[in-house]
Amino acid sequence: MDSHAAGSSSGGSGDGAAQPRRNSRKPKYSKFTQQELPACKPILTPKWVISVFVLVGVIFVPIGIVSLRASQQVVEIVDRYDDACVPAGVTDKLAYIRNDSIPKACTRNLTITKDMKQPIFVYYQLDNFYQNHRRYVKSRNDVQLRDKSKASETDNCDPEAKTVDGKPIVPCGLIAWSLFNDTYNLIRNNETLSVDKKDISWKSDRDHKFGSHVFPMNFQKGPLQGGKILDSKIPLSEQEDLIVWMRTAALPTFRKLYGRIYVDLKENDTITVQLENNYNTYSFSGKKKLVLSTATWIGGKNDFLGLAYLTVGGICFFLAFAFTLLYLIKPRKMGDNSYLSWNRATLGR
Amino acid sequence: MARSGRRRRDRMRWSNLYTFSCFRAQHGHAGDAGPSSDGAGAVGGPGFSRVVYCNNAALQKPLKYVTNYITTTKYNIITFFPKAIFEQFRRVANLYFLLTAILSLTPVCPFSAVSMIAPLAFVVGLSMMKEGLEDWRRFIQDMKVNNRKVSVHKGDGEFDYRHWKDLCVGDVVRVEKDQFFPADLLLLSSSYEDGICYVETMNLDGETNLKVKRSLEVTLPLEEDESFKDFQAVIRCEDPNPSLYTFTGNFEYERQVYALDPSQILLRDSKLRNTAFIYGVVIFTGHDSKVMQNSTESPSKRSRIEKKMDLIIYILFTVLVLISIISSVGFAVRIKFDLPNWWYLQPQKSNKLDDPSRPALSGIFHLITALILYGYLIPISLYVSIELVKVLQAHFINQDIHMFDEETGNTAQARTSNLNEELGQVHTILSDKTGTLTCNQMDFLKCSIAGVSYGVGSSEVELAAAKQMASGADDHDIPLQDIWEENNEDEIELVEGVTFSVGNNRKPSIKGFSFQDDRLRQGNWTKEPNSSTILLFFRILALCHTAIPEINEATGSIAYEAESPDEGAFLVAAREFGFEFFKRTQSSVFVREKHTSSEGTIEREFKILNLLEFNSKRKRMTVILQDEDGQILLFCKGADSIIFDRLAKNGRMYEVDTTRHLNEYGEAGLRTLALSYRVLDESEYSSWNAEFLKAKTSIGPDRELQLERVSELIERELILVGATAVEDKLQKGVPQCIDRLAQAGLKIWVLTGDKMETAINIGYACSLLRQGMKQICLSIPTGEQVAQDAKKVAKESLLSQIANGSQMVKLEKDPDAAFALVIDGKALAFALEDDMKHMFLNLAIECASVICCRVSPKQKALVTRLVKEGIGQTTLAVGDGANDVGMIQEADIGVGISGVEGMQAVMASDFSISQFRFLERLLVVHGHWCYKRIAQMICYFFYKNIAFGLTIFYFEAFAGFSGQSVYDDWFMLLFNVVLTSLPVISLGVFEQDVSSEICLQFPALYQQGPKNLFFDWYRILGWMGNGLYSSLAIFFLNLCIFYDQAIHAGGQTADMAAVGTAMFTCIIWAVNMQIALTMSHFTWIQHLFVWGSITTWYIFILAYGMTLRSRDNYQILLEVLGPAPIYWAATLLVTAACNIPYLIHISYQRSCKPLDHHVIQEIKYLKKDVEDQTMWKRERSKARQKTKIGFTARVDAKIKQIKGKLHKKGPSLTIHTVS
Repeated sequence: MDSHAAGSSSGGSGDGAAQPRRNSRKPKYSKFTQQELPACKPILTPKWVISVFVLVGVIFVPIGIVSLRASQQVVEIVDRYDDACVPAGVTDKLAYIRNDSIPKACTRNLTITKDMKQPIFVYYQLDNFYQNHRRYVKSRNDVQLRDKSKASETDNCDPEAKTVDGKPIVPCGLIAWSLFNDTYNLIRNNETLSVDKKDISWKSDRDHKFGSHVFPMNFQKGPLQGGKILDSKIPLSEQEDLIVWMRTAALPTFRKLYGRIYVDLKENDTITVQLENNYNTYSFSGKKKLVLSTATWIGGKNDFLGLAYLTVGGICFFLAFAFTLLYLIKPRKMGDNSYLSWNRATLGR
Repeated sequence: MARSGRRRRDRMRWSNLYTFSCFRAQHGHAGDAGPSSDGAGAVGGPGFSRVVYCNNAALQKPLKYVTNYITTTKYNIITFFPKAIFEQFRRVANLYFLLTAILSLTPVCPFSAVSMIAPLAFVVGLSMMKEGLEDWRRFIQDMKVNNRKVSVHKGDGEFDYRHWKDLCVGDVVRVEKDQFFPADLLLLSSSYEDGICYVETMNLDGETNLKVKRSLEVTLPLEEDESFKDFQAVIRCEDPNPSLYTFTGNFEYERQVYALDPSQILLRDSKLRNTAFIYGVVIFTGHDSKVMQNSTESPSKRSRIEKKMDLIIYILFTVLVLISIISSVGFAVRIKFDLPNWWYLQPQKSNKLDDPSRPALSGIFHLITALILYGYLIPISLYVSIELVKVLQAHFINQDIHMFDEETGNTAQARTSNLNEELGQVHTILSDKTGTLTCNQMDFLKCSIAGVSYGVGSSEVELAAAKQMASGADDHDIPLQDIWEENNEDEIELVEGVTFSVGNNRKPSIKGFSFQDDRLRQGNWTKEPNSSTILLFFRILALCHTAIPEINEATGSIAYEAESPDEGAFLVAAREFGFEFFKRTQSSVFVREKHTSSEGTIEREFKILNLLEFNSKRKRMTVILQDEDGQILLFCKGADSIIFDRLAKNGRMYEVDTTRHLNEYGEAGLRTLALSYRVLDESEYSSWNAEFLKAKTSIGPDRELQLERVSELIERELILVGATAVEDKLQKGVPQCIDRLAQAGLKIWVLTGDKMETAINIGYACSLLRQGMKQICLSIPTGEQVAQDAKKVAKESLLSQIANGSQMVKLEKDPDAAFALVIDGKALAFALEDDMKHMFLNLAIECASVICCRVSPKQKALVTRLVKEGIGQTTLAVGDGANDVGMIQEADIGVGISGVEGMQAVMASDFSISQFRFLERLLVVHGHWCYKRIAQMICYFFYKNIAFGLTIFYFEAFAGFSGQSVYDDWFMLLFNVVLTSLPVISLGVFEQDVSSEICLQFPALYQQGPKNLFFDWYRILGWMGNGLYSSLAIFFLNLCIFYDQAIHAGGQTADMAAVGTAMFTCIIWAVNMQIALTMSHFTWIQHLFVWGSITTWYIFILAYGMTLRSRDNYQILLEVLGPAPIYWAATLLVTAACNIPYLIHISYQRSCKPLDHHVIQEIKYLKKDVEDQTMWKRERSKARQKTKIGFTARVDAKIKQIKGKLHKKGPSLTIHTVS
């Protein structure tokens, strides 16, 4: 027993020593059991309140400014082509897009509004496309993508698990099946800009999730053809379009990386895009956009982050000011006993 | 045999000496003893089938009566699992979670099955473990009782010790003095020749006076072990039933049948007193015994906070259903109109879960999905966390060193942990008296002899008043508590050393005697002017009683076995004054007198001629005796009013002075008796005695009346000698505790089985009553009306008494006036009837203190219910005996005093403490803390789960209401169980708004509980609003940040996993920062848990990212989010945005509307209490509720009184203080 306990027991009763058996039930003194652990008890003093708000403001406003500047350095060119790439006379866009016999080539001209430093990212953007639908998200099998020997594992892949004659589809599932299949060919001054499609996916996906010995099998062989047909000679780990597509987007409007151009573009350059408008977004009236964008350390054009930071920082400065005013107008001495309820009660009377 | 020789010595025929109680019993049986048909008609019929073959195990065994083994556990090893699981799923919330777990096995569930089942298994498992542990404790307690030993006849006249549990019906047992009876017994014989024995039934009905039981005449010869060699008898009696005061049965012995009645039955758990041993036959064992039949299963109690929490859960459940319906309607609409267009989902191959042709059906299926998905609104871990927190809180209560009692070696025990926070909301305390407030021990403190008051030991009130006047004079603001400050050892010693020398461990003193006055000690009284009166006074003390001396052979000292503790105190006092009563025979009392003659100690014999003993109706006791000179003397002691009425003209010499002294004593909380004597001449006595004998031997119903009438004839023309003042010793610290509890704003009611005078005395002693208080006494006048009529009359009279009382209270103009309500048990019986109880309650609420006397256990429970339901506030009942069990079970919180008297109260209680004074710490410190902790914890829980659960809902709207969650299953699983649970548990276990000392110093802080400042709807809705706001901020800020743009310089955009993980990071930060803001007390544990939770999240996501099971979260932190500054920027932004409103709220509240504990925290923080000690002391004294009861109020009143006297008499009066 430690000294404190011994002290208190001898103080409490003289015959404590005579009954060691009884006193053995005495709780041992420890700071923990007696709830007397040393503790820091911070108190929200006016000084603290104002400093906290000022501090938050001081941190947030610069972050806001820096990220807003970064965002504004980003040059972004967006071109919506879903309507434009349907020939003028076609009224039933759906029939048009579904008709494989009609060539879907289409040409778009983009004007660069501002100098763009390489690397320039080429994105396709879909709208009103529910990649986050539960039925869609579930419809894949990771094991099969990774391991050649597990090709027949097509759990969860319904309704795109097996071909009509029961052979497993690799990669199975709705996600792979509906792979985006528009293609872009960018030309500047009659010179094709090579679009680098390497490394557009996450490295870990290529290395670990999509096997380098797994090749597409029975893919898009069913009665219904979804999207792109994969080259069955290229292993999945190198099918980067698929890898990117398989990372389902969080929202119905999403952008996915198509490739990179390692050429600087000048202001007023005209880029001719020869695209193949294959992908059906007409049935659900989804927009299709082609995006050229540079990126900075915060990524693409994202004014919101900077503005939000500025707003929060500004509010904090305002609050710091408001509380300063409050403390000046209605000062309350810290620990002023007249604010104790019993004192106030008598004051009120 | 030496032992039997010793036994025989105290053989005495008490029944010859006693006039009233024993003789009546004699009459009942002596008259028609022998073969009897009385009651035999019923025996053998239905309900009266029990047959007991005494001392004949062979015949008894086939009857298969239960053994004496008792068990109060809920489960046994086999039933534990099914029963405990059933108990668990009786909770609605658990049932809901079970349902979702089952549904999670179907494809409807949006999550993997394990993420639903694992938390449920954890939660249920933990709760069951707690149940099991509590039941185990009960089992240990039972075993303790079962393994007590008792001496049992094992054949051939040999007795041997056996465990209680092995006792069987028909066994003959020998119970020694001060032992408990192991089962319901039939008394066969006792150490007294006439077979009587004394029984204390404290545990059964709470009555402290001893009861006399007597055996049948025929069994009297069974007085030794050997005599049971061939003892055979058969008892036929009633079946087990809970009625304590009835018994019907026949005793067949030696071919005769004798009727049995309750006076031969010794009940289990009552105690043998004043009798060396008894022999008895076991009739009812174990659960058949009357006391066990009386025990009811303790009702499961739930705290108010928990009930309110359930309500909130229902509200949340409604919200859950609502958003689920919105979700499924959305889903159905989407399915009907949009799904056919979503070719990438291959709608033509739909199954029934999302079939565009049957949207309604799909919608209904989706409703189930949604109910599971949004289930995070209802925190599954809330129950288990609260349970865990309460167990830990209970552990702290059990471990509190300040609630450890050195004498009994008991700690406080939270027996059920689910009422901890209720301790912080108590409004009314209902307390038992004996054993709870008092020790049931009397101390001779003062006396008034021949109009002179002796005894300087001041009572505590006088002392404190004097002290305060001496120290601070006029400054009322200096708190009286300083005298009691526990850290101030010197002062407490001073106080106790003077007032309570008895029972004080520091110096060995005499139990029952605290008298201090040198004028009477050491024979000095012979020098006093009235020494002859003093001599008489001492002789009355030494002779007028019914006690038996018991000589301790080892030390030669004498202990007294008295029927009431008062008598014991008188005898000890007489011995200390030099009149040692040392021997009683059938007809004489022997006293060793020290100072009456020059020869030193001489022994005197007084012949007892008659003994008219005390009963509650007579309120006096008389002995008529003849001294060695042949003089016949009558000594009478009794209540002052009774004695004063019977004084002779020449006996009133000291009446005025004595009356004054009696008033003073009474006001000091002492029990007083007046002593008187009368000298009888031979002829007068003999004529009276003849008449008395005639009355005594008369047979018939009016015998008692006759006896009383005859007694009156001789008990008159008395000469007053003086008065005694005995202190009904309060338990340590009781007045202080009551004082502080009153200051904390608690109402205290005393419910006692004692008679009104005793109760009022105790009311004075523990400052519930004081002089100047207006007492409203409600009682039924005892009239001689016919039974039918009496009831009506009594009721009417009571009604008018209540009405008068109410009127009086209403008309009172003086704000300082205090009222006390004292009500008698009989009156209470009427007052508790439906038509009157509200009137009664209203009056009682107006009164500062309420004392109910002569209440039965059942009435205690009824009063408790009345208060509980009538006031609608939390009630706490505290008691120590089995008679308090009903009250303890009925009250919102039952507290048992684990003193010396049995365990029934403790077994039925929710908390047990070993001393009443620990109640203060239990309520004011632990209750206050636990209330705040649990309240904050629950609020936070709702906040956190709303903040989290609603984000899932919002996401649905963006995912076509398809039931997809943006978070990984594992995140959701861990959110409640790991990532946010420990900080909130540490809040619930360790949070302290102010330290324990401050809780005690500022009793007013306790009022935050009863006023429910921390769990009112304003707070709850505030927290819910905060949760709603946070969910919106988290979701939409993240959505806008991660909308469609690249998230870092590599150009890749965020996918669902990245958005989900980023959002989840924000949630973890926001809720953990929120709890850090909520806490005001950070030990290393809180730091570890709060910051550890955040760290754990990062560690988890790193580790999880290493496994391929994580699918899209594979290496998400290392590769995707970690290198993206936008992720960290989003975390910081969202965390700040979520917490700023709360920060504004608390900053504003603190600066403009600080609560008491805020200000005190600040004072402590700025160390103002050290700098400005007068301010600190003043605030402490103000931090008490204005009370009209309690020690402080009384001292104030006393000071006023003394000051008044000072004014009148001028400065010559010196205050009589510690000498």
